[in-house]
Amino acid sequence: MAGNKKKFIQGNEACTEGALYAGCRFYAGYPITPSTEIMEICGARLPRMGGAFIQMEDEIASICAIVGASLGGLKSMTATSGPGFSLMQEGLGFACMTEVPCVIVNVMRSGPSTGFPTGPSQSDVMQTKWGTHGDHPAIVLTPASVEEIFHETVRAFNLSEIYRTPVILLYDEIIGRMREAVTIPAPGEIEVVARRVPTCSPAEYKPYDAKGGDIAPLASYGDGYRFHVTGLYHAADGFPTNNTQLIEEACIRLLRKVDDNKERIWKNEEYHLDDAEVGIFAYGVSAKSAKFAVKELRKKGIKAGLLRPLTIWPFPDRAVEELAGRVKAIIVPEMNMGQIVYEVERASRGKCEVKGIFRVDTEPIKPVQIIECITGNGLKPSSPGSKMGEMMVERDMLDG
Amino acid sequence: MSRPAEEIKPLAKKKKKAPFNYSPYVRGGKLPHIWCPGCGHGIVLKCLLRAIHTTGLLRDDIAMVSGIGCSSRTPGYVDFNTLHTLHGRALAYATGLKLAKPRLNVIVTTGDGDALAIGGNHFIHACRRNMDMTILVYNNAVYGMTSGQASPTTPPGKISTTSRNGSIEPPFDTCSLARAAGATFVARGTAYHFQELEKVIYEAIMHKGTSVVDIIDACPTYYGRFNKYKSPTEMMEKIEKEGTVSVKQVDKLSPEELEGKLLRGILHKSDRPEYCAEYQKLMTKVQAK
Ligand code: SF4
Repeated sequence: MAGNKKKFIQGNEACTEGALYAGCRFYAGYPITPSTEIMEICGARLPRMGGAFIQMEDEIASICAIVGASLGGLKSMTATSGPGFSLMQEGLGFACMTEVPCVIVNVMRSGPSTGFPTGPSQSDVMQTKWGTHGDHPAIVLTPASVEEIFHETVRAFNLSEIYRTPVILLYDEIIGRMREAVTIPAPGEIEVVARRVPTCSPAEYKPYDAKGGDIAPLASYGDGYRFHVTGLYHAADGFPTNNTQLIEEACIRLLRKVDDNKERIWKNEEYHLDDAEVGIFAYGVSAKSAKFAVKELRKKGIKAGLLRPLTIWPFPDRAVEELAGRVKAIIVPEMNMGQIVYEVERASRGKCEVKGIFRVDTEPIKPVQIIECITGNGLKPSSPGSKMGEMMVERDMLDG
Repeated sequence: MSRPAEEIKPLAKKKKKAPFNYSPYVRGGKLPHIWCPGCGHGIVLKCLLRAIHTTGLLRDDIAMVSGIGCSSRTPGYVDFNTLHTLHGRALAYATGLKLAKPRLNVIVTTGDGDALAIGGNHFIHACRRNMDMTILVYNNAVYGMTSGQASPTTPPGKISTTSRNGSIEPPFDTCSLARAAGATFVARGTAYHFQELEKVIYEAIMHKGTSVVDIIDACPTYYGRFNKYKSPTEMMEKIEKEGTVSVKQVDKLSPEELEGKLLRGILHKSDRPEYCAEYQKLMTKVQAK
């Protein structure tokens, strides 16, 4: 299509491209490996586009600043990694509670604590759902290639505006720093959702009025709607309440606005699943290896298939249960000591065996590990650390 | 002895000033406020609203941001664009909002614990950036909302629920801290000297850059009871009246007389590039390339 641009870029660069495409005009952040490139590029490009960029004193300030900016009417984003993401948890809860759209990128590195800053990992996947206190909705997207980072960043902004809630873009250091060819669509080619603003008069405006559906339009500060926003439980007009019924209603509505729409938020890739006898459930970089493993296994006559979630939260319960009903086992490779595997186990309701492959030495899970797990010792291509394992990963990285 | 004639002349009637009309600034149905009887915060609110009125700013163009604590409940009562945030984080939200929409006049209401303990990092960096906003620190040397714990401004020896035998920590001087961190307008007022406070808040709002006003007021419910003050009035007299000296009188007083007193009035004013204006310049520069 005319206007398309093909670029050979890093995952973190693709994230910035996606954000700017989606209309992000405010970035606040604090440097942290391996996400810093996003901040650096935003710092260079936003002022040229009339957007705002600011380096904050820490990650706590960063998430607060983007929520402040979003209330000022700008689509806004911050990016971080494990330690910074931990610091952001309270601010994340505030954004959920006050229903202020914003996007938070977590480029996962090895933890806990400072861990291994340049070492990739997938160990924040449960934190993205449960990190902040209290019951709250979570929308978390897990792209697995550089091009997909672009598209999922745009989708993150769109979902954030549609559901008036923070959206987390979650990927690992490998995808974040790998280079792949990306086609940047021409403006208008893919959908960009604008914020729904009130059409009523300021006197009638209630920022949390659920009457017209669970999601009320959001006015910007300074546009004539003088409304109140608080992290306390509040009534439809935004002011604090201690009415127990209103508190319950507000909490349930917060969860419901995502839960009732999960079919619209879910997004999965199914790869050779139609006739699969064994399924692999994998996200992010582990899905790259899984895809390669499926190809190799098929060559050997083993009917393997891949279910790859691009939305990890809300969890794709239905797709997993459906798969569990028709395969012997689901294999869950992840770069942690077992997190999403328990969700897969829960969602498969005992209909098939669920087995995890875990790796925390900051090396990616290699296709051969998945192959061996599925074939037992029957296939025995080589051990994970062997040359063949390395080769398979590298080839896989190149062909995406 | 007869009286001099002029003494029995009826006094010329003083022109009565119309009472200040607070109602346009206060949200209908949100009062009474949650503050205790005798709390200084109500007086601060009064001074703040009168100062805002004098600036002539429109309500639509004012954003009031706060953190957590008794003082941070202020935005809920006033008819502006109001944002009641997390403990300590008001300035971070305010920074994002102001940079996103520089035409908004941002006023932050915060307390000594909110601004100087949990929010201390944001406080010094806000002062350093010199973004145009007004930071009002309601300083009563105690955490009121959580029932009277020591704060970073609790004087040594004072009793709180977390310093039952008297605090052993030295307090922060909000104004020195703000000035050292780079705030371009630094002032102090008290709830007792309410007319002065109104003027100081007015000047703070009008100043282009980060303005900090340390407002000494009293929490009779906790700080007062724990430290054996008999009444809110006594607190005002001892802490706010006798504990402070106007900068205008400093030259007339001996070092002994100044001992242990906090200075009131505008303590520092300087001219330094304002953040949003600098950002605007930067945008113009890179866009011209
Ligand atoms: S607890 Fe203290 S600071 Fe809080 S409202 Fe009561 S008197 Fe005021």
